[in-house]
Amino acid sequence: MFVDQKKKRDVEIPTASTADIAFLLLIFFLVTTTMSTDKGIPMILPERGGEAKINPKNIAQLLINESGLVLFDGRQVEDMELKDLLVERVQERGVDTEGSPRLIISIKSDRATEYDRYITVLDIVKESGATKISIAEPDKD
Amino acid sequence: MFQKKQKPKQEIPTSSLPDVIFLLLFFFMVTTVIKRDSGIPIITPAAYSTKKIEARRHLAYIWADDKGKISVDDAVIPLGKLSTLSNVFRDKLSNNNRLIVSMKVDKRANMGLITDLQEQLRDANAIRINYATRTKSSKQ
Repeated sequence: MFVDQKKKRDVEIPTASTADIAFLLLIFFLVTTTMSTDKGIPMILPERGGEAKINPKNIAQLLINESGLVLFDGRQVEDMELKDLLVERVQERGVDTEGSPRLIISIKSDRATEYDRYITVLDIVKESGATKISIAEPDKD
Repeated sequence: MFQKKQKPKQEIPTSSLPDVIFLLLFFFMVTTVIKRDSGIPIITPAAYSTKKIEARRHLAYIWADDKGKISVDDAVIPLGKLSTLSNVFRDKLSNNNRLIVSMKVDKRANMGLITDLQEQLRDANAIRINYATRTKSSKQ
């Protein structure tokens, strides 16, 4: 009695459709992917305690009141005018040894000022080419 | 003399196709960030000087709406407990010293709230911040 050796059955996973499956997954991830959507205006807050002496000529004061009016160096200005004035002032003060504008723009707003208005003014300041922007604390009322 | 030339085989080898597709798949799987929004609905202000933030992994968020509702890490912080914020961000900063705090604040909020938040961040020494804004189109 000889036991016949069984013929080995063909065991294989069908791989023809792997590409299709992978494609399907690929398309799913392509559709759901959101590439970095974080946008905004970067700022650096002043550190606690550090106070530096600055030549007052290099500071431009910007005040925003609660109704959104802007005071620039003691004079009320419109948005369109403000940009030109700032560009002029930045160029007038020139650049320092590191190549960035010398002018520091200090923005001070009322506690009741709308955030949107503040961003609009900050935007104008950024667009004018000034890189040194200081956010002054509003006075406590 | 007029022997027909043997036609060369015209087939693109497809045996490595699944591997190529899988490679692409893994790339997208790794880079995908499924969008997760915090509960507070806000409208961010628009600005021309809006920049893209590249250092995504260093970002932490503060959400605040116009009614003074503040949310950090999906937890709402009552206005009275605003002073706990500096501790939260001090912890975050100790885990990641290149932390950037993105302030997602509604455009109708007032500056008092922004200032209070900024003061908390200064207390925590988290001085690198970002005002989340939309890109303003030049047509406006």
